[in-house]
Amino acid sequence: MIAQAVLNEWYPVAMAAQVGAWPGRQTQLLGSDIAVFLDAGEIVVQRADGSALAVCLRYGHVWACLGTPAHDLFPIPEADQPGRRLVDCGVVRVKCSPLRAVENFLDIAHFPFVHTDVLGAEPHTEVGRYEVQIREDSDEVWATKVHFYQPQAAKSASGGIVTEYMYRVAAPTAAVLYKTCPNKPDAWDVIGIFVQPLTEELCEVWPWMALFDDATPQADLIQFQQMIFLQDRSILENQIPRLLPLDPGKEIPTQADMTSIAYRRWLKRKGLTYGAQMVAA
Amino acid sequence: MKLYDYVLSASCYKIRLMAALLGVKLDLVAVDFHPGREHRALAFRNLNPAGTLPVLVDGDLMLTESTAMLVYLAQASGRAWLGDSTPARAAKVQNWLAFSARLGASLGMARLHDMLIYPGDIDAFRRAGVECLRELEAHMTEARFAGRIFLEGDAPTIADIACFPNVALAPDGGVTLDDYPAIRLWSRALRALPGFIEMPGIHRLHELKPAPEAVPALEDL
Ligand SMILES: [Fe+2]
Repeated sequence: MIAQAVLNEWYPVAMAAQVGAWPGRQTQLLGSDIAVFLDAGEIVVQRADGSALAVCLRYGHVWACLGTPAHDLFPIPEADQPGRRLVDCGVVRVKCSPLRAVENFLDIAHFPFVHTDVLGAEPHTEVGRYEVQIREDSDEVWATKVHFYQPQAAKSASGGIVTEYMYRVAAPTAAVLYKTCPNKPDAWDVIGIFVQPLTEELCEVWPWMALFDDATPQADLIQFQQMIFLQDRSILENQIPRLLPLDPGKEIPTQADMTSIAYRRWLKRKGLTYGAQMVAA
Repeated sequence: MKLYDYVLSASCYKIRLMAALLGVKLDLVAVDFHPGREHRALAFRNLNPAGTLPVLVDGDLMLTESTAMLVYLAQASGRAWLGDSTPARAAKVQNWLAFSARLGASLGMARLHDMLIYPGDIDAFRRAGVECLRELEAHMTEARFAGRIFLEGDAPTIADIACFPNVALAPDGGVTLDDYPAIRLWSRALRALPGFIEMPGIHRLHELKPAPEAVPALEDL
């Protein structure tokens, strides 16, 4: 039995540009079989019994809701900002809890170990103090003032820089990060991961970017992002337990894990427990 | 020398790795294999009608088979890597190049299925992959008993480079390497070679430091 709060959220189910005519994309959402296809120019998402789901198209992707949408899809104002390049990076399947995929995206401490010499490097493993809050107005988790030394922060970066990050959990299985733009120091590069929960232990992840970068070819931008995400994938598939534990008694706060703790607390408070386990590991 | 490349492709990695080990510089041209399927588009098929990656271009020469590219790189820049010191060894190297195609069709396809949602019979891919791994493990065990660590002879050859990527990436397709100690030792020997480069899913050797996976999870502290 899936909680109503889970059913009433938006989830990504396809890249909008890739949706074709029936049978289209045959996939799953929260354990239910669904089809995403083009019908008379409209993108339709339907259950196996033929009933249609609520759909919206944003940020290059098709979003669907199995229940009654509790609210509009979260805003990313930068998506409409002139001069930005929007890059759909395609899908990668990962055998892990959708919540763990998001939590890993929020974790800055893993950069030197998993993205060695690209997003982090030893001995620069220190994560300084930063701020984490659950914003009541937008009902989102934010981490701000995160600073980190990076050998190659982006495809367009030519050397090591201290990058500033902001992290944002905008939906139970969607997170957005803002990072120093190597080409335009007064602006943020925006990178999202949109996670489609197929089951509690299987997800498909759609990275998406909104960058100021006119120079780098599209294929290079996509492959840089895929390289980064595939470095995470093998870690994610080996995490034990597979479900994300939401038992607060087991959480030991350390500086690097503050965002993860806030994310878990926020999920628990909202009853968004699909992909989580409520008992101690 | 120009390599039309996809960062997650095991075959493309064979060529990047061989070139790195030989100290040969490649100009990489990223092809949007996924999600763009640029390798199937007309512009790319004008270059390679088969619509496959990698493609290696050196002047007038254009190669579309990774094993041929390995031969070319070794002939030009490191003949010892051909492994042709005796007729028997040269023939066995050819045998492994053919074996590498079986690895691609089994472990390679399992990986594409599990990672990039390619269609196909995943159980059949994995079964065929495990058969390959058992053959390889038996061979590497014999080699170890004879005091050798590489596939043929005392030094690494193009045979090792052709077979290594799809074997090392087997866990990406849901096939564990836990049962194959001789293969894991062979993998370590290759990763220790001077000039070795990584790809996502294939890590460099860390000097006796715990791998990040070995760090206890938050909830276990
Ligand atoms: Fe990561």
